Amino acid sequence: MDVSLTLIIIMAVLFAAGVYAMMERSLTRVLIGFLLLGNATNLLLLIVMGVPGKAPFFGEEGAISDPLPQALTLTAIVITFAVSAFLLALIYRSWQLGQADTVEDDVDDIALRERTDAEEELFEDESSPDEEEATTDFVGTATSPITVLHMRDHASIDDDAPMDVPDPSPRPAGTAGDDDEGRRPERAQRDEGDRP
Amino acid sequence: MTSLVPLIVMLPLLGAAVTLVFGRNPRLQMLVTAATLAAVSIIGAVLLVAVDAADKPFAVSVGGWPVPFGIVLYVDRLAALLVLVSSIVLLAVLLFSIGQGAADGVEETPISIFNPTYLILAAGIFDAFIAGDLFNLYVGFEILLVASYVLITLGSTESRIRTGAVYIVVSLVSSILFLAAIAMIYGAVGTVNMAQVAERVAQLPTETQLVLHLMLVIAFGIKAAIFPVSFWLPDSYPTAPAPVTAVFAGLLTKVGVYALIRTETQLFASSDINTLLLIVALATLVIGVLGAVAQAELKRILSFTLVSHVGYMIFGLAIATEAAIGATVYYIVHHIVVQTTLFLAVGLIERKAGSTSILRVSGLMKAAPLLAVLYFVPAINLGGLPPFSGFIGKVALFESAAQVGTPLMIVLILGGILTSLLTLYALMRAWNLAFWREGDDLAEIEGRVGYLGNAPDADVQTETRRIPAIMTVATAGMVAVTIALTVFAGPLYALCDRIGAGLLQPITLQQIDEEAG
Repeated sequence: MDVSLTLIIIMAVLFAAGVYAMMERSLTRVLIGFLLLGNATNLLLLIVMGVPGKAPFFGEEGAISDPLPQALTLTAIVITFAVSAFLLALIYRSWQLGQADTVEDDVDDIALRERTDAEEELFEDESSPDEEEATTDFVGTATSPITVLHMRDHASIDDDAPMDVPDPSPRPAGTAGDDDEGRRPERAQRDEGDRP
Repeated sequence: MTSLVPLIVMLPLLGAAVTLVFGRNPRLQMLVTAATLAAVSIIGAVLLVAVDAADKPFAVSVGGWPVPFGIVLYVDRLAALLVLVSSIVLLAVLLFSIGQGAADGVEETPISIFNPTYLILAAGIFDAFIAGDLFNLYVGFEILLVASYVLITLGSTESRIRTGAVYIVVSLVSSILFLAAIAMIYGAVGTVNMAQVAERVAQLPTETQLVLHLMLVIAFGIKAAIFPVSFWLPDSYPTAPAPVTAVFAGLLTKVGVYALIRTETQLFASSDINTLLLIVALATLVIGVLGAVAQAELKRILSFTLVSHVGYMIFGLAIATEAAIGATVYYIVHHIVVQTTLFLAVGLIERKAGSTSILRVSGLMKAAPLLAVLYFVPAINLGGLPPFSGFIGKVALFESAAQVGTPLMIVLILGGILTSLLTLYALMRAWNLAFWREGDDLAEIEGRVGYLGNAPDADVQTETRRIPAIMTVATAGMVAVTIALTVFAGPLYALCDRIGAGLLQPITLQQIDEEAG
């Protein structure tokens, strides 16, 4: 079976990028990762179809293109579409509730780690959380698509998972960003109030 | 008779559409949902009797397409039995949720959404059970998963969104993996019809078989919550509403186990990963139950025992003899019913006592003697005390393992016994604290179970609520079913043995073709 190398490379890149994006804390990036993964899988289905370029069910004789993977791909696209719509709703609700779209640390995990931390502090702890560098590419509010206003994670936790770190430098008063931040909680509260 | 087969999936889907239309009339919605599930359970029973009597599976090619190309629905004894059991469980849980909705109003469980979603979940589960080709199995999984996303975030409170996000992301990954596995299998063998895949896979090189096999096993393993991919389950199940948790615990992991059974006995019967599965089963058994022992909150205890007991099914599957597969099927039926019953009973405890933490609840024996029975019977059943079905299932598993008699089997039997005892310990400790204990004096028990104070949700508190009669009736009905599994263990076990024998001689494409004709 001849397959296009280009398609395989594109598929591999999409898979890699999708997995990477899904590892992020932000649900929006998880959604992007899911879409990339979905497309990568659809490409995989197309690749296993075999040689492209022939029409399915055309003419009486000669080679025809395998129609089954196309049917599978169509179904997969529809499913991905429905799930994406649901994820968007979930992200919106998560934003309404906590002003954040991140997957948060489990409260019990935090409690457990605090307990171990307290025991470790008896010995010595040289690392300071202030020196922690963000491991994501989207550091700072200037490039970050979503500002995480407040994380409910415990501040002293030494966490390896990539997450957004808001720009620590104070912004000049009266900029659009500040106004925006001031308005957001109010709007969310109003939404809550409207809810029956 | 075969014309009944598509109805198993069609009826719930139609029912979901009808309940959506009658969104403003909850009473009518409930009636439609209950009637649909009752109809499916009758169809399931009829099909089970017919398939068993005919001694051959029914196959229907949907839309009349020739067999390897179109979608094939396929009902053998195993599929019919699981459709019957799950429709009964779904019906009982529906009754329970009707009672809850009637008592609480619509704030926490918006019924207008609940009923259609519940029916779609049912359609997905049934579709997965009777799917004759891999892609239809995938579609069945997706239907039930999307419905489960909605159910687990029902009411969209903060805790449900938080834990729901974890569940959803994990499920998405497993779905993508499953779809990728299907694509690879199609690339390798050029078909998605399960019978044809099974025939052609045997001719592939061993390494290719192993790669495809492992991809499927990992995808299904995540859904069945097998260690090490079981971490998501105890986190996400306890926050959902009681009826939703009950039905998820009973059915969703079992759909994963069912897919694993098909993979091992039919699709990749020629590729042998049984040693790996045995080790994984041992880890699932022991690590799962250790989690249960460390918990103080009843729903968490049950979620961990759920993970742990999936290990028994993988154990039986990995022994791969007729007797072992039969025992596995019996254990699956037992576990679906008992685990659901326990979650329903805990739902009742939560309403009665206003908490599900065993450190907080006390004196229930006096306050609610009937509730005590409803918890105690399934609890000792799950713990594997004779004469209940849990004991029968476990003994059958251990016996079939002992017949093989390799050292690894002996280790697994010991691990299984340990798990059974620890399950009993966790559930009976809950019984002692919540039911036997008088008064609410924590200091008195501090020395014995003080370490549980650090467990998650150890001080969880909700308001106490009235228990409507219909919720008690639904739970009592499920307890009666668990007892029936014991009383009618003879015929049921004989059926499971026939299933085990049938699964090891999977149907060929030619037979399906003749059947679907």
